[in-house]
Amino acid sequence: MSTAIGIRSFGAYIPARRMQRSEIAKAHAWALPGLRGLGKGEKAFCSWDEDVITMAVEASRDCMRGQDVNALARLCLASTSAPFADVQNATLIASALGAPRNVATSDQTASTRAGLSALSHACQSGGSQLLVAGEKRRTKLGSAQEMLFGDGAAALLLGSGDDLLATYLGSESLSVPFVDHFRESNSDYEYAWEERWIRDEGVGKLVPEAVNALLQRLGKTAADVGHFGLAGGGPRADGFAAKIIGIADASVLPDLRNNVGDTGAAHSLLLLTEALERAQAGDLIIIAAFAQGCEVIAFEMGAKGSDTGRSGLAGNLARRQEETAYMKMLSFSGEIEVEWGMRSETDQKTALTQQYRVADQTFEFVGGKCRDCDTIQFPRLPNCVNCGAFDTQSPAPLADEKAKVLTVTADWLMFSQSPPLYMGLSQFDNGARMLMEIVDVGPEGIDVGTPLEMTFRIKELDKMRGYRRYFWKARPIVSAAGE
Amino acid sequence: MATGIKDKVAIIGMGCSQFGERWDAGSEDLMAEAFNEALADAGIEKARIGAVWYGSAADKINVGNSAIPLSTALRLDGIPVTRVENMCATGTEALRGATYAVASGAVDIALAIGAEKLKDTGYGGLPHMPKGTFNDLWMPYGSAPAGFAQLAAGYRTKYGLEKDVLKQAMARVSWKSHQNGAKNPKAHLRKAVSMETILNAPLIADPLGVFDCCGVSDGAACAIVTTPEIARSLGKTNLVTIKSLQLSASSGREQGFKDWDGSYVPNTRNAAKAAYKEAGITNPRKELSAIEVHDCFSITELVTMEDLGVSADGQAWRDVLDGVYDADGELPCQIDGGLKCFGHPIAASGLRMVYEHYLQMQGRAGDRQLPNPKLGLSHNLGGVPYNGVCAISIVGLEGV
Repeated sequence: MSTAIGIRSFGAYIPARRMQRSEIAKAHAWALPGLRGLGKGEKAFCSWDEDVITMAVEASRDCMRGQDVNALARLCLASTSAPFADVQNATLIASALGAPRNVATSDQTASTRAGLSALSHACQSGGSQLLVAGEKRRTKLGSAQEMLFGDGAAALLLGSGDDLLATYLGSESLSVPFVDHFRESNSDYEYAWEERWIRDEGVGKLVPEAVNALLQRLGKTAADVGHFGLAGGGPRADGFAAKIIGIADASVLPDLRNNVGDTGAAHSLLLLTEALERAQAGDLIIIAAFAQGCEVIAFEMGAKGSDTGRSGLAGNLARRQEETAYMKMLSFSGEIEVEWGMRSETDQKTALTQQYRVADQTFEFVGGKCRDCDTIQFPRLPNCVNCGAFDTQSPAPLADEKAKVLTVTADWLMFSQSPPLYMGLSQFDNGARMLMEIVDVGPEGIDVGTPLEMTFRIKELDKMRGYRRYFWKARPIVSAAGE
Repeated sequence: MATGIKDKVAIIGMGCSQFGERWDAGSEDLMAEAFNEALADAGIEKARIGAVWYGSAADKINVGNSAIPLSTALRLDGIPVTRVENMCATGTEALRGATYAVASGAVDIALAIGAEKLKDTGYGGLPHMPKGTFNDLWMPYGSAPAGFAQLAAGYRTKYGLEKDVLKQAMARVSWKSHQNGAKNPKAHLRKAVSMETILNAPLIADPLGVFDCCGVSDGAACAIVTTPEIARSLGKTNLVTIKSLQLSASSGREQGFKDWDGSYVPNTRNAAKAAYKEAGITNPRKELSAIEVHDCFSITELVTMEDLGVSADGQAWRDVLDGVYDADGELPCQIDGGLKCFGHPIAASGLRMVYEHYLQMQGRAGDRQLPNPKLGLSHNLGGVPYNGVCAISIVGLEGV
């Protein structure tokens, strides 16, 4: 077996909601008419119940389709906007994926370069590793970041062997105190310096320095580069750097700014997934991340593997719901506090004892299967829901099972940050049935019989204590596939 | 072999407070209002009451846990007072406790009372009720109307009904109850409304509009029960006796197993079957004089007609539109206005329904008096159609 290290699989997750930037510009036109220049295209943004963890879980599930989750030795999350400062975010992701208990988990943070740095480390250390990067950054109203940033996640499964999707060739790090933007540990928003300085003194010098060093070490030239992507550095930094390096325009990957936005630490990995979806066998892929210097990594595309049914970046881009309500985006991201009334005042304290007792049920969505009557059920209680037998259930995962709507309503009375609250009984094809919240319902609506798939979401936000609990929700497959 | 409760216990006094937005009254006041009426009606001294079953459901905004709030409000010194709670079936549960105590011979006279103060929340609708530390981890929080609205999806799918046809039948359910409620001085909502108003009301939980939902009210109701022998010794004639008291609670099957189609309420069918057996009823549509059902939402009442077996499966919507359940119809339903218009102070509702049957059978129902009622059924649903409880009580004239 070859000792080559590289990418076995990849996956992506982009929130379905796409804000039309022209609407943001319109809202600020009275004070900031200059924003109109950035008011093109759309940006992906999270619903209230999505965060870096939920997006990372979805990207990881997309990546792990057809792969053995039990073989994972390491799982790393890269993000500058993960929800927890103390609670390893990667561990919650590992739990939702059903990774083995002894998987080594880590969070990489403190720079938008974290995604590519982590990839570089992972490729140098070997072993079966899942690397996932996600970002959901807060932005001030009316800022350039509000226009430019988007939410999303990408995941890569790394390993070794001779049947890799892409083989790791090498990486280069350049670390200098070039602070183009910063955010203090306890700050919500970043502060950025002048774009022209970033472009001329930063991107124009540091990116070529790192990329050229790597190409030289690999015995390659700019002309050999089949796909080039650059994360960070601002709009059009990729083309600017490519020109200086001598990489052909046609090799520069679409930067996703027009349809997703800048996804920070996840952006370099999303660009890499984009390259993996386009590249032919033998193509040289170079991905760079600009921040306090530059991280750059090279892969050689191998043979395309069999179709795993992943959504990938392309599938996620197609699964879109156009949004024009700027206030909705601000409310979802917590930038404005809508008066939801007294019904929203309920205490959402989570019993952490209970959460741990049923961790596989709530994080991994594992129900039970009765050995006496074969009934699959959720939750897994002491006695079978059908035959009543005691202690007869073995774990039965439900996250990847398909279901259909049995009953449904749109609840306008109950507090929801995304009214109406759709809920109903989900009838799984395998016989399980449960009451579920249904999310990402598009303009086509839902009715009895609508096919559903499962998605990992925030169940409740405990604003009093700063905690969030997660569970699975159903979403219509029709709107998910954009069909 | 169990012989059932039929005719073993008689009601000798009942009381019901004015229902509504009782800004003037706390829960203690409501309890006293209902109790004083019942005591006067029974014509006995308070000291003759041997045991009490008290129901309240929303303890967080009402008076809190335990039986103490009631024993304190009514100054019941040194006798057994038990608090029961079973969501919207709470009132009937209180009656069941008191009735069983008398039937067992443990006490001669018992009191059942339910009281609820819902209008101290500060908003319309029911207060939020957590479901426990485990369920709160996974179960979606839906409003009560959202729970029952799903019946509409299940029902129209099963019978291939167009949405607007079902909506029309649901509106007719509410229209009828408003007609009846307008004649009841103790009802919360006392205005007749047009079909057009009902049909065009804002949505609460699709397809339920505001007028498909019952009133959220303050109120209390109570019953004093004893044996028929003691009742007669107190000089009572034309006794109204308990014919049946039945209950069915979900085991999680409806919402957790594949064999329920979402178009009806299994608990009601279970409880009805047992209740008819206990009361010796074989043709409920013919034998019952009037029914008071849990019309928390219009769709609930509609499917309940089939669950109780008074409409054939798939035909309730036609019967409703044909006026079968109107005041002058074949089987009057909600002659007092129902939850829809009399109001729904949760723990009081089951007893309020029995109160109406009691008044009707004694010829004391005023403008809404039915001719010669002999047998009445009350029906409560707690929780949601797919996870709840159903209580049914049947009362009637002795010997019927």
